[in-house]
Amino acid sequence: MDFDLSEEQSLLKDSVERLLADRYDFEARKRHGKHPEGFSPEMWRAYAEQGLLAVPFSEEEGGIGGGTIETMIVMEAFGGALVLEPYLSTVVLAGGLLRHAASAEQRAEWLPGLIGGETRYALAHGERQARYDLHDVGVQARRDGEGWVLEGEKALVLHGDSADRLIVSARTAGGRRDRDGIGLFLVEAGAEGVSRRGYPTQDGQRAAEVSLSSVRVGPEAVIGSPEGALPAIERVADEAIAALCAEAVGAMDRMHRLTVEYLKTRKQFGVTIGSFQVLQHRAADMFIALEQARSMSFLATMMAEADDPAERSRAVSGAKVQIGRSGRTVGQGAVQLHGGVGMTMEYSVGHYFKRVTMIDQLFGDADHHLARVARMGSLLAA
Amino acid sequence: MDLRFTPEERAFRQEVRGFFEQNLPKDIHAKMIDGRHPSKDDIVTWQKILNKQGWAVPNWPVEWGGTGWDPVRQYIFLDELQSFPAPSPLQFGVYMVGPVIAQFGNEAQKKHFLPRIANLDDWWCQGFSEPGSGSDLASLKTRAVRDGDHYVVNGQKTWTTLGQYADWIFCLVRTDATVKKQEGISFLLIDMKTPGITVRPIQTIDGGHEVNEVFFDDVRVPVENLVGQENKGWDYAKFLLGNERTNIARVGVSKQRLRRLRELAALERVGDAPILENPRFAEKLAALEIELKALEMTQLRVVAAERKREKGKPDPASSILKIKGSEIQQATTELLMEVVGPFALPYAPEDEGDEHGHNEPPVGPDWAAPVAPTYFNWRKISIYGGSNEIQKNIIAKAILGL
Ligand SMILES: Cc1cc2nc3c(=O)[nH]c(=O)nc-3n(C[C@H](O)[C@H](O)[C@H](O)COP(=O)(O)OP(=O)(O)OC[C@H]3O[C@@H](n4cnc5c(N)ncnc54)[C@H](O)[C@@H]3O)c2cc1C
Repeated sequence: MDFDLSEEQSLLKDSVERLLADRYDFEARKRHGKHPEGFSPEMWRAYAEQGLLAVPFSEEEGGIGGGTIETMIVMEAFGGALVLEPYLSTVVLAGGLLRHAASAEQRAEWLPGLIGGETRYALAHGERQARYDLHDVGVQARRDGEGWVLEGEKALVLHGDSADRLIVSARTAGGRRDRDGIGLFLVEAGAEGVSRRGYPTQDGQRAAEVSLSSVRVGPEAVIGSPEGALPAIERVADEAIAALCAEAVGAMDRMHRLTVEYLKTRKQFGVTIGSFQVLQHRAADMFIALEQARSMSFLATMMAEADDPAERSRAVSGAKVQIGRSGRTVGQGAVQLHGGVGMTMEYSVGHYFKRVTMIDQLFGDADHHLARVARMGSLLAA
Repeated sequence: MDLRFTPEERAFRQEVRGFFEQNLPKDIHAKMIDGRHPSKDDIVTWQKILNKQGWAVPNWPVEWGGTGWDPVRQYIFLDELQSFPAPSPLQFGVYMVGPVIAQFGNEAQKKHFLPRIANLDDWWCQGFSEPGSGSDLASLKTRAVRDGDHYVVNGQKTWTTLGQYADWIFCLVRTDATVKKQEGISFLLIDMKTPGITVRPIQTIDGGHEVNEVFFDDVRVPVENLVGQENKGWDYAKFLLGNERTNIARVGVSKQRLRRLRELAALERVGDAPILENPRFAEKLAALEIELKALEMTQLRVVAAERKREKGKPDPASSILKIKGSEIQQATTELLMEVVGPFALPYAPEDEGDEHGHNEPPVGPDWAAPVAPTYFNWRKISIYGGSNEIQKNIIAKAILGL
């Protein structure tokens, strides 16, 4: 039993935190968000130069051979700075699918551009009717000679508007809610028949509705088995949840610190408001919620690599529940204890609150995952 | 003990509802149902309709346009208004400065201002809070110094709701800095067009513009705009805040939100079944309805007791209404977040469609856009009007004697 980081991991943590301390304070973030992409292309290059885009890939493929712990380190730091760049979309989601499902030739062709920061990816999986059900896929993929033709609508594609390439899930066989018959296809964002409608999201990031109208792809675009992609999608979703849990912990940690700082400086009735016991207790409750979330983020991080999918999913879902609940306690508390100031766009705390809230709504909210854990049986059976 | 309304009261409720059905413009009603903000014009239009009917200011003395309804009818009217839902009257005029002028103002002030408030010819805003004075309102620093037949006002107010539309602002200002802080405060009415006033917008986390900072730089205010006596402003403020708190439970608003939640949860499906059929969701909804029913009963008890109370002396139990009312309103927004699910994510600024004359099709269900902004925005309800922490202090002191 050991919760310490290795030497390399500590170095990684220091270097990300230093980069963000230098170039990603709250004012810088406002500027980064004003780029048409909704994030800073320069920061993206900086991540590439520092090897952050290489984190989860094997050394043979140009990566640094990190695992979920390294991803956690990066995401937690990103949460603390409310980073806008599409790391989750490109490295965790698309990168994860390439790692788990793509062939060696495909990886050799695509990973250098991803790791080098030249090509950004988005995962086009969600659909209007699917909500949080990963197996609910209505977009159709029809065989066309050697290749395929894709048809249908994808919803809430994170950073889908600025991505160079999309990984699109589509139904190759079976009914809309069947577990079998789902394939993954690499689609150039500029391909004929692809249209994208981008929009800002509540947390200052971006997403897109993607419409596929007779989009033709060749056989080389198929990632993994064209009828059996769901297990890889589920695995990557769990890895993404673990990453989001770490990001949420980074955001909650910062929110909590800002709040405690505020309690020590804001004066009313001639005293600092931190002298009121009810506020001390609320800050203590927030702290407890934060630490419980941190613990479950560790659990999700360690278990996201588990071989047994049931064991993995149970732990990850448990963590998502905890993060959702803690996020509410910490986020609502932070705003309340700041009074009116917490309600303003100009001050950072509300932005952390919004990001943590949106993390709860991504890949299944606390209630969705609570039901999943309840269905799967006890989390405590070891 | 009798829980039933009398036949007359029930008939009154029917009459009020019938009037709303006949007279509230349909476009405004649709906005209210969706949980979008009524515009300035919507609020003005509706207030003038109410005024024609003689229902603009039911809570005021009859000679100034009040309806003379007893507290039960006042309650029924508001309950119907909120749950219909129709826009609430601009509270700064109808529930705040109006009653203060009617009670403490001079004849000239009453004659000039009250009819204009009832008809919403003047848009009022509330200038109490300052950057350094929120919960500790009495510490306010904005100064008013007498100079001949004017006060010269310097300082800053903040969180001024809808001040961007305001013709007038009522302010608490310091007129004597040498005495106990509550005893050196006066209540001034200030024309927003006076030179030296600057209004700066504050954007809230939901992206909306409803609050402002208001700066006063050598603003000359005629002495006839003082309400009541100099240095007695704190008493008038307490009277005003007392009126604010009986209103603040907003039971009717929560009733409407829960009704809407039920409708939307029946429409939105997870897999093949509506969310409403998920037993866990249905239980949460039921639990919230029980809380609201309890609050409604508590509110009715306060209303019934009010019939026997001195006017302007609010029941400290109204702090219960403020706390529970805010918690329930906030809980309705949390449950709606659960219904909207991933479609909480897209951000669509509310006004954009109108300004550019076109609107992007919605992402996800067409009712999704205001859901997350309302969840964020309604965090304010436990902060303003005396924060929930302050309300609990009141219960502990005034009711429990701790
Ligand atoms: C959206 C919005 C609209 C508003 N509209 C108006 C308006 O139109 N006009 C106007 O004048 N004002 C308005 N207000 C201001 C509002 O009344 C104040 O925000 C409120 O009084 C709290 O003050 P504050 O924000 O300075 O917080 P603070 O008073 O600094 O409070 C910070 C935290 O400390 C807590 N706290 C403070 N004192 C105590 C204590 N003694 N014991 C325990 N806890 C304590 C508070 O509960 C809060 O959690 C508005 C505020 C908001 C958010």
